[in-house]
Amino acid sequence: MPRKKAKKTTRSKKRASRRKKKTVKAVKEEKRISRGISYEEAFALVERYSYILPQNLREELISKIIENEMNLEEATELLNEVVRRYQNSLVDPGEAVGMVAAQSVGEPSTQMTLRTFHFAGVREFNVTLGLPRLIEIVDARRVPSTPIMHIYLEDDVKNDKDKVLDIARKIELTTVENIAKDVTLDYLESSIIIDLDPEMLENRGVTVEDVLKMLNRIKGKKGRIERQGDYTIVFYTGIDDISRLRRMFDRVLGLRLKGIKGINHTIIRYDEENKEYMIIAEGSNLAAVLQVEGVDIRRTRTNNISEILEVLGIEATRTAIIEEMSNVLSEQGLDVDIRHIMLIADAMTLTGRLRQVGRHGVAGEKASVLARAAFEVTVKHLTDAAMRGEVDDLRGVTENVIIGSRPIPLGTGIVKLLMKYGFNPKEQ
Amino acid sequence: MVRKVNILKHELVPEARLLTKEEVKEIFRRMEIRISEIPWIFASDPMAKALGAKPGDVIMIIRKSKTSGKSVAFRFVMPG
Repeated sequence: MPRKKAKKTTRSKKRASRRKKKTVKAVKEEKRISRGISYEEAFALVERYSYILPQNLREELISKIIENEMNLEEATELLNEVVRRYQNSLVDPGEAVGMVAAQSVGEPSTQMTLRTFHFAGVREFNVTLGLPRLIEIVDARRVPSTPIMHIYLEDDVKNDKDKVLDIARKIELTTVENIAKDVTLDYLESSIIIDLDPEMLENRGVTVEDVLKMLNRIKGKKGRIERQGDYTIVFYTGIDDISRLRRMFDRVLGLRLKGIKGINHTIIRYDEENKEYMIIAEGSNLAAVLQVEGVDIRRTRTNNISEILEVLGIEATRTAIIEEMSNVLSEQGLDVDIRHIMLIADAMTLTGRLRQVGRHGVAGEKASVLARAAFEVTVKHLTDAAMRGEVDDLRGVTENVIIGSRPIPLGTGIVKLLMKYGFNPKEQ
Repeated sequence: MVRKVNILKHELVPEARLLTKEEVKEIFRRMEIRISEIPWIFASDPMAKALGAKPGDVIMIIRKSKTSGKSVAFRFVMPG
């Protein structure tokens, strides 16, 4: 039974395919006659709507017109339908997009695991993620709690591990504390005794002469430096005051011998995706790292947003905020539409400086006294406004809700009617 | 060890160019908006500096957008 059935089906399939072949041929012939418009024609047609339709939609339209070999009539019809639907899908005038964005980001972030730590593929690093990181971005904090840089390298070095290691050494901050076995303070002689570790010196690529040279720079007029044995340096400070001596001691410990300020640790990682070596650095100093020979200027990243503002400018900051926020959200498996995040980034970078979404930024700079008072520290805002003699134009939503006016300027309530008095349409 | 870094090449920095006075007039007339209604950029901003923008200029920014492919934005150059 099953056999028979199988036979039957194969036969019918054959027949079907024969029929299909015919039809395909016929269709092809038919198309040769009716032939669709050329790419140039389609492009010219679609490009007429370049001020309405976004680019990727236009590209898709052109490819669909070509693919389906549409003629001019069909293409125009399609285009009109797409334009109509696109315009219908746009946000209505007066829609409270900020409110929608706030809710759309706020609700999912309540689902986030508080205090998530993630080990970024490598042992030592943990990066703030999840809600704490989201708050950090939106608050426009100066320094993130875990600054990290992803340093990419130029083509001629990125596949040579030794050269990469060399660059990593150049970047990583090395202080006296890092390469000394022991540093002691002798109060009697008011001297600092530095006992260097030969192994660490080798490891970090620093020589005793380097240390002497750097010490010479900070020793001052009364200071004297003596080298005792191969790896011991005694620094007679000539300072009598104990607290000043202590300060000098700290300064010696933190004396920079090599590397970039702020970069405490580096790790070299092989990036499987791009087949190259890259450096991950704990700490961040974008301006200085970009100065290092061999570092790829185009791709090197930091998660310190205010540093991006300083080095790359406000537009790069906007891009960075969008990327960082959507990364944090997608990391947690939350699907927030990117348009909401883009709106937040736009609001934060609107004035050319980075504004936080909080009491000192977007919300705190509202024009209306009542709106500000409704947000935080009510009494302070009211008394300040009274002292300055501020005027509230009652143009926002909050202040109109407070005074109970109707309708509030939002959605359909934002529409105003202009009437020409004594205007008779029949006369026109 | 001073290395000339062209920040406009960085991935995060979108394509941008300075508009001429005529272009500004034309674009703002077509979009029916005033210059005071667009976002700002400071003349001291690294990107504005790299483009050689002066206060009063308008910078046209062509952003790569995930939703629309390319999107065009404008920023008014502020003194400071």
